[in-house]
Amino acid sequence: MNLMMLLEMAAGAYGDRVAFQNGEDTLSYQQLFDAAGVLAKSLDDDRTEHLAMLDETSLALPIAVFAASWAGIPFAPLNYRLTDPELDSLIAQLQPGRLLTDPARAARLGKKITSADGDHFVSVDSLPPLLSALREENASQRDPTWSMEPEEIAILLFTSGTTGTPKAAVLRQKHLVSYVLGTVEFMSAAEEDASLNCVPPYHIAGVAAIASAVYSGRRVIQMPNFSADSWLETARKQRVTHAFVVPTMLARIIEALDGKAGADLPSLRALSYGGGKMPRAVVERAMQLFPDCDFTNAYGLTETSSTISLLGPQDHRDAMASEDEVIRRRIVSVGQPLPTIEISIRDMDDGRELPAGEAGLIFVRGEQVSGEYRGQGSHLDEDGWFNTRDGGSLDEAGYLYLEGRMDDVIVRGGENMSPGEVEDVLLTHEAVSDVAVVGVPDEQWGEGVAAVVVLAPETTISAGELQQWVKDRLRSSRTPERIDFWDELPYNETGKLLRRKVREAIRESG
Amino acid sequence: MAIFKAGMRLRSAVCSSELMLILAPGHDVTLTCGGAPVIELAEDPPAGVSIDSEQQQGTFMGKRYTNEAGDLEVLCTKPGEGGLAVDGAKLAVKGAKPLPSSD
Repeated sequence: MNLMMLLEMAAGAYGDRVAFQNGEDTLSYQQLFDAAGVLAKSLDDDRTEHLAMLDETSLALPIAVFAASWAGIPFAPLNYRLTDPELDSLIAQLQPGRLLTDPARAARLGKKITSADGDHFVSVDSLPPLLSALREENASQRDPTWSMEPEEIAILLFTSGTTGTPKAAVLRQKHLVSYVLGTVEFMSAAEEDASLNCVPPYHIAGVAAIASAVYSGRRVIQMPNFSADSWLETARKQRVTHAFVVPTMLARIIEALDGKAGADLPSLRALSYGGGKMPRAVVERAMQLFPDCDFTNAYGLTETSSTISLLGPQDHRDAMASEDEVIRRRIVSVGQPLPTIEISIRDMDDGRELPAGEAGLIFVRGEQVSGEYRGQGSHLDEDGWFNTRDGGSLDEAGYLYLEGRMDDVIVRGGENMSPGEVEDVLLTHEAVSDVAVVGVPDEQWGEGVAAVVVLAPETTISAGELQQWVKDRLRSSRTPERIDFWDELPYNETGKLLRRKVREAIRESG
Repeated sequence: MAIFKAGMRLRSAVCSSELMLILAPGHDVTLTCGGAPVIELAEDPPAGVSIDSEQQQGTFMGKRYTNEAGDLEVLCTKPGEGGLAVDGAKLAVKGAKPLPSSD
């Protein structure tokens, strides 16, 4: 198994179709195959063992993904928002390797980064010139064969680090190929289909989208820098039919459409979202603005090769139309597991499987589930189950509800509580526009509950009033002992709340 | 060839079909296409074999085929005229429930 197999099929069946487009520049499936072959040969000649990329999304990205698989080495997309010292520690894990980056960074890093012992190195390539070289006609390509060993590593993805030091999740060829074969029908896209991709390349959704798009035969329009206005403009101009957004992006798109009755994007048929908690109000408003659009909520993790459960278009419509609160509430669920995936909810303390309606840890099993970190080995248990460390519950019909990261669970006097539970109550107060609840060290209880609140514009309220608000609606043990007011909360670029930063700031302020 | 391994690329000895093995059974089997045992992609077909007229239901690009026991699965990576069978029993197309695009 190898991702290259999927590209070979695509180039054979619809080689002239446009595969990726960036601005006016395009790569057909055959051109993508050829350019990947040129880069693969160069990787082979270098005997490099890693291919890293540190740049915004460009046409070089899919070329690099497939070239690395062709050459049989891992591809590691790096987060260009990290600081130089943070990047140094990641690059040190990718030696010997090639690093493809932007000209400014290439000049700063020099041609080679050599370690102190001089044995290991990373060579640095500046991207636009390399991209031109890869696309030259008659450039020599690697042999059109590649390893079909399912255990070879395809992708190393450094996890977002919302909880601590980044570690590299290992995705092997078998995981990604299984994900694609299990979720995408070959050549299912119509010739005119186009999807707009604005997820950064170092995010699992960005990587998975490349493999899925190639197998479905869809044209992918790359958008390196998201803004709501340019998203709307590009979607209109390119007659985009499919798009994936993270919750903050959808919220901004809705703001940009403020006061308009509809989005005026007649070609857009499918809008999927994931990568963070979607506020109910945002998705409901989006469904009004895009009435003809199919909405899909996808839940997945880096360690599971992207999506493991889906709330599909019909579920969205049923939830919106229903009078029954059980069905209405499904709009905030992440739907049902993929047919190729099993999900089990387990008790946090004794690991026993919990019945429907009870919240615990989400365990997942399936061919696409890696659960492996470099240097640590597999985190799958002996039966192949992976502990996502996400909390959740299933309803009677098998819909999955997320309850936040278990690493964020607050244990107060032996009682477990999810920050989301307290946050949801605080958010129902009209003075509260955003909130984060975290555990803080407490001498008496082990952990205490602290909340950081962002007030709605032109409102004031005391901590005492908000504490009373929670106390009236939840048990007193869930009432924050401390409430701070901030101007804004820290989020990462894909809209995930950085609770670690909230915790640190509270601890430092004493 | 009887021992298969997942990921292996195979081809028909009698038509243009090419396959990738997704799931390999843990025991010896004979996988045929067009009535003749399949060979590894890099191998040359043996001389004198021809397609069995009873085994011409065809392979279709991107379709997955599986046996009744569910312990063997192949992906058609290049179509051809021959039909697939394991130990004489025809393989069936694995039906896939269409999923909405999530990325």
